[in-house]
Amino acid sequence: MSDNELLEVIERYLNGEMSRDERKSFELQRKENADVDKKVVEHKLFTNLLKQYGERVELEKRLNAIHEEIDVHTLKENLLVHPSWIVQLWRSHHSKISVAASVAIFAVLSVMYIAGSFNSNNSVDQLKRKVDQLDQLNKSIRSSINNIKKSGNVDPGFTGTGFAISSNLIVTNNHVIDGANSVSVQNADGKLFKAEVLYTEPQTDIAILKVTDTAFTGLGATPYTFKRAGSDLGEAVYTLGYSSDTPVYGRGDLTSENGENSNDSVHYRISIPLNHGNSGGPLLDSKGDVIGIVNAKQTQVEGAHFAIKTGYLLDAIHHIPADSLKRRIILNKKNTLAGLSRQQQLKKLNNYIFMVKVY
Amino acid sequence: MNKDLKDSTPTDSEVILGILNNSETALKRLYIAYFPMVLQLIINNNGDEDDAKDIYQEAIIVLYNKVKAGDFELSSKLKTYIYSICRRLWLKRLSQINRYGGDVRDFQEFMPANDDEFDQHNDRDMQFGKMESALRLLGEPCKTIVEDFYINNRSMQDICERFGYTNADNAKTQKYKCLQRLKKLFFQQK
Repeated sequence: MSDNELLEVIERYLNGEMSRDERKSFELQRKENADVDKKVVEHKLFTNLLKQYGERVELEKRLNAIHEEIDVHTLKENLLVHPSWIVQLWRSHHSKISVAASVAIFAVLSVMYIAGSFNSNNSVDQLKRKVDQLDQLNKSIRSSINNIKKSGNVDPGFTGTGFAISSNLIVTNNHVIDGANSVSVQNADGKLFKAEVLYTEPQTDIAILKVTDTAFTGLGATPYTFKRAGSDLGEAVYTLGYSSDTPVYGRGDLTSENGENSNDSVHYRISIPLNHGNSGGPLLDSKGDVIGIVNAKQTQVEGAHFAIKTGYLLDAIHHIPADSLKRRIILNKKNTLAGLSRQQQLKKLNNYIFMVKVY
Repeated sequence: MNKDLKDSTPTDSEVILGILNNSETALKRLYIAYFPMVLQLIINNNGDEDDAKDIYQEAIIVLYNKVKAGDFELSSKLKTYIYSICRRLWLKRLSQINRYGGDVRDFQEFMPANDDEFDQHNDRDMQFGKMESALRLLGEPCKTIVEDFYINNRSMQDICERFGYTNADNAKTQKYKCLQRLKKLFFQQK
């Protein structure tokens, strides 16, 4: 039997096309001949596989046909987990957004260019000028410092007069010490003591200084008293003050109970020749009572000067905050000048009048 | 999933009976009902619609063969079963193409994979792949003769007429030679 014929027999056997007898004899042949049996099994497996392969191909065709009917694209759109709207916006419009952004940036840059923001020469020039100015300023400051060093002494910017109201307090004009970095007082012996501004009343031009220098031993009771009551027109008055670097005596009359006009009740008008160094000095009457503080500011009236009435000084003393004083100020009530000659009065006064130096 | 598809979702027993009875309608309803679910899984996990089609059809074939073999026991909802197979197949595909990020984004509940089942399926797939290429190498007219006789169950008489063989013996000889060559080609592959 050829292989070809055997195969046909096997196929007939597997397909159940054999007669009963034929089948029996073939099964016997299978049992006896292992080679035949092997061929039967092999053929069965292979043709089954072939058949299943055919079925698979057929099934795939059917599935593909079904698949064709599904609108996959639309489904996909619906099923894709969409990123947030901003990402979507970017994905779908990024070209337009990019163009828009470019245009915007270009526009801003153009405007800035036209407006001169990029005119770098200009700003560099400005900067250079500023630096030059600073340089100049620096030089001038340095030369000033050198000058000061050469002179060895610091010139006081402005001086005035002050007089004692208690052991270590001195009154002067506010405009004398206004804006000062530091204040010192110099006594009749030419000794300089450091002081600080304790209290000011700019509206009445009164300032009260406290001598803080440790070398300052304090003063005794003032020889003068303070007269709150108004003085009369025509009263003979005098002052002692540092209109130069030594005390200068000046005398005159009380020429008006008011200052520049009838509305000015803060001041007396006086007829004493003064210069600005007299500012802050005491105005005394013939009995040695302090009736005012000389105020030698320039006025519009020729030859007229003014003095702040003592009442305002007493108010100012009263207004000093309690916490800036160690103890209450006790003003001298006993006048030791009354009855003395003018020369003796001035000698006693001399120790209580100070030059106020401001730096 | 739109309303039409949802309405036409077949019950699990409808599907199984349909497959057993070779019902084209049942197969179609099954296919349409669960494709969106698998498409969703694949396209949201680094795949495209073609990947989804491949994976889904493979899963349907697994189900189909199990039902046909008569050893299919539904231990969960059919939907979960199909999803689980697709998930498992896609994970494997992802790791093959190095696109696997370590985890997949899931949209359904799923069952742990049964590896035995898949080995069987993979073996068969491999055999079919070999058969396909063997048939391609076989060439005409052998391919058609073999397919007609062994797959399409045509009679030798038909085949004689189609290929103009003068007698059935010549045709049988030709068919025999063709089958022998096919076997040779099939087993040569490794």
